[in-house]
Amino acid sequence: MDGAVPLFRMEGISKRYGGVRALEKAELSVTPGSIHAILGENGAGKSTLIKVMAGVVAPDEGRMMLDGSEVSFASPAAANQAGIVCIFQELSLVPELSVADNIVISDPPKRFGMIDRKAQRRIAEEALARAGAADIHPLALVKDLPLSRRQMVEIAKALARKPRILILDEATSALTAADVAKIFGVLKRLRSEGLALLYISHRMNEIAELADQCTVYRNGRNVASYAAGSKSDNEVVELMIGREYSHIFPPKPVRAPAITAPVLEARKLSWTDRLDNISLTVGAGEVVGLGGLDGQGQRELLLAFFGVLRGLSGQILIDGKPVAIASPAKARRDRIGMALIPEDRKTEGLMLPMTVRENLSFAALDRLSRAGIIDRAAEQRLIDEMVALLAIKTAGLDIPVGALSGGNQQKVVIAKWLMRQPRIILLNDPTRGIDVGTKQELYQLMRKLADQGAAILFYSTDYDELIGCCDRVLVLYDGAVKRALVGAEITERALIASALNIHGEEMKVKGMAKTPARGADA
Amino acid sequence: MKDWRYWLAEQRGTLLAFGIFIVMFTIYTSNHPAGFTANVVQTASNKGVLLAFVAMAQTLVVITAGIDLSVGMIFLLTNCLASWLVIGTGIETAFGVVAVLGTGLLCGAINGAIVIYGRLQPIVTTIATGAVYFGIALLLRPFPGGSVNEDLADALTGRLFGVVPASLVALLAIVLVVWVPFSRSVLGRAAYAAGSSEMAAYMSGVPIRRGKFAAYALAGLLAAIGGLFLTFFTYTGEAAYASGNAYTLFSIAAVVLGGVSLFGGKGSAIGAIFGALAFRTIGDLLFVFDFDPLWQPLFQGVILLIAVSLGAFALFRVRNRLEWFL
Repeated sequence: MDGAVPLFRMEGISKRYGGVRALEKAELSVTPGSIHAILGENGAGKSTLIKVMAGVVAPDEGRMMLDGSEVSFASPAAANQAGIVCIFQELSLVPELSVADNIVISDPPKRFGMIDRKAQRRIAEEALARAGAADIHPLALVKDLPLSRRQMVEIAKALARKPRILILDEATSALTAADVAKIFGVLKRLRSEGLALLYISHRMNEIAELADQCTVYRNGRNVASYAAGSKSDNEVVELMIGREYSHIFPPKPVRAPAITAPVLEARKLSWTDRLDNISLTVGAGEVVGLGGLDGQGQRELLLAFFGVLRGLSGQILIDGKPVAIASPAKARRDRIGMALIPEDRKTEGLMLPMTVRENLSFAALDRLSRAGIIDRAAEQRLIDEMVALLAIKTAGLDIPVGALSGGNQQKVVIAKWLMRQPRIILLNDPTRGIDVGTKQELYQLMRKLADQGAAILFYSTDYDELIGCCDRVLVLYDGAVKRALVGAEITERALIASALNIHGEEMKVKGMAKTPARGADA
Repeated sequence: MKDWRYWLAEQRGTLLAFGIFIVMFTIYTSNHPAGFTANVVQTASNKGVLLAFVAMAQTLVVITAGIDLSVGMIFLLTNCLASWLVIGTGIETAFGVVAVLGTGLLCGAINGAIVIYGRLQPIVTTIATGAVYFGIALLLRPFPGGSVNEDLADALTGRLFGVVPASLVALLAIVLVVWVPFSRSVLGRAAYAAGSSEMAAYMSGVPIRRGKFAAYALAGLLAAIGGLFLTFFTYTGEAAYASGNAYTLFSIAAVVLGGVSLFGGKGSAIGAIFGALAFRTIGDLLFVFDFDPLWQPLFQGVILLIAVSLGAFALFRVRNRLEWFL
């Protein structure tokens, strides 16, 4: 450190979630009057690091120093008191309250023990003006504002708390270009006022414009810190790459290109501001991956196919014929034969208190019953078959599914859908939070189903999986397909570069006119 | 947009309830043989304020996205207690009132402590505590009976200056003393925030637990005020199970009519008061139009259904069907 005294330091911070290590002896040093960019690919540990700093998550080990003395935060409120304020990507605004209510929420001005509404109004107006969002009315309810305005309120709220360290976690992801310009002006002014700013973004052009210092994280560790501008985009991508290849993937078939007619096809699908003119095809026996940063429309695309979204424009074709899929119940019908393995198995995939048997047969009950009566023998046969096929480890079929391990729960979700013998399988990040052994089994299964003729659309936040499993990968950015990678083109370098929307060999940074959707995770 | 339009949008539920009540009450009085007289208003007020107090109590809890199924039983328990204690000299009566209100506050605080610190669901907790409160009420008054300081009772159920119903003035006073400070305090805002999005409130460092606790405790207090007034009207205490349950259910109906969202975070006790008064007027309407009182539950149900259906229109605008289940 060239003379600058760190305002805040994190030393040897580790955090595990079950068997997954999110942070491993991570370090960070923050100096006042500077903007510090935090870089890393999905799952590199950035979000966990920020949550530790902001008092949301308690670290397993390590220490934090503020002004040279050790601190620990029991809650977000405690971190706020110490002057650390975080703008989270999941917005922390209370929807039914007004903008002004939200801005002063952690410490409202008081008079005679009651909230002083005049003072509150004044503070809110000042904070909105400081954030360059004076167009937002302080009395408007947050739930009535569009996402980009909410994010501006979030920034105003953070400023009203007079932070010493301000953390922006993908805080510009839903903003319009005009707002981004305003916010950059605000951030630069705050820097000159001596604040320390931490800036997390996947947009290289924003980082190039703003940051003084950059730190790259990988596998829960900081791998490099450097002065902004001292490394090329190419070198930065190089630093972000390098996850350990710990998975074994089944061999991919060598196929002649485009021999199969597409089973599933999308033509110009658009939905609100999250999906932008997406066209794609998936053939029988093909595993097509969806790549890109988290939250670029991949989930919405799968939901669109599965009949969950309303007001979709464009066409979905099955076996070349246009179909209207109005609900998941229609999507799973034999004529379409679609299955979706959801991302959150605990809420969208399983009824946790119900038994393994009940969970397994839910999606196939119509096939197993005659005149509304379930054929118990047929159910048992099919369940036995599935338990054997997927090697589900359970103490019995009549225990609650919630008692199984994460990997086995996920197998139950998959088995449940396989009982219908789907022709089209949509997978939404199915290996998140499950152990390596089960992951391997799932990779084998996916390939086996494809070989039996299923068309598979597979979204994963893990680049290794996309490389190991997919015949083709479509990289999404801002709700649109930005690049299609086929066969040997699917490399980690290509995936990361196209996920960051850095184009071609020269890795030119494209100036962003419009902005991608919120919710990029790290 | 101008400030007043935001204010209007925020108060829409309350104003709607106010409007419904005014329309119904106008129809009622204009068809009443005696017309719009002090006497008619006084009788209506005395019938209406009981449910209004209990509905205010329910509002506080519903704002936190909870529900209190024990309000009717706290109402009965405090009625039975008042029929023992609110009697005698001025000092004794005052002591009795304080004891009754304190008991209500305690009942609410117990609910709050179990829900917040014991992390049990409000619905289960308050069914259980409600049964306990009713049990105590039954021990206090196995048979209807007791008495109350009649001077105080008559003063609070009569008329001020010969025209204004005293019970209505009392209701207004309670709104000013309990509801207004609560809704404008940090605790009140914490209760709203917790009901709207507990996670966002937590992330913002809002005192969620204290806010919710205050809401439950004050709900007990308001139910006790209702119980006190019940004693003033009837001069006796009675542990009538059916009546307690009816008050609990009607309080929920009144809250919904008053524009308070059962999902929490939205609404006002003022709206709930008009909801309660409107709900009570349904019965009076049937009376002036010479319907058989047997029709009353049916009509109350139909009006409630219509009122809640108005709130369901927002679902037609949802674009991601998964949001139906949030």
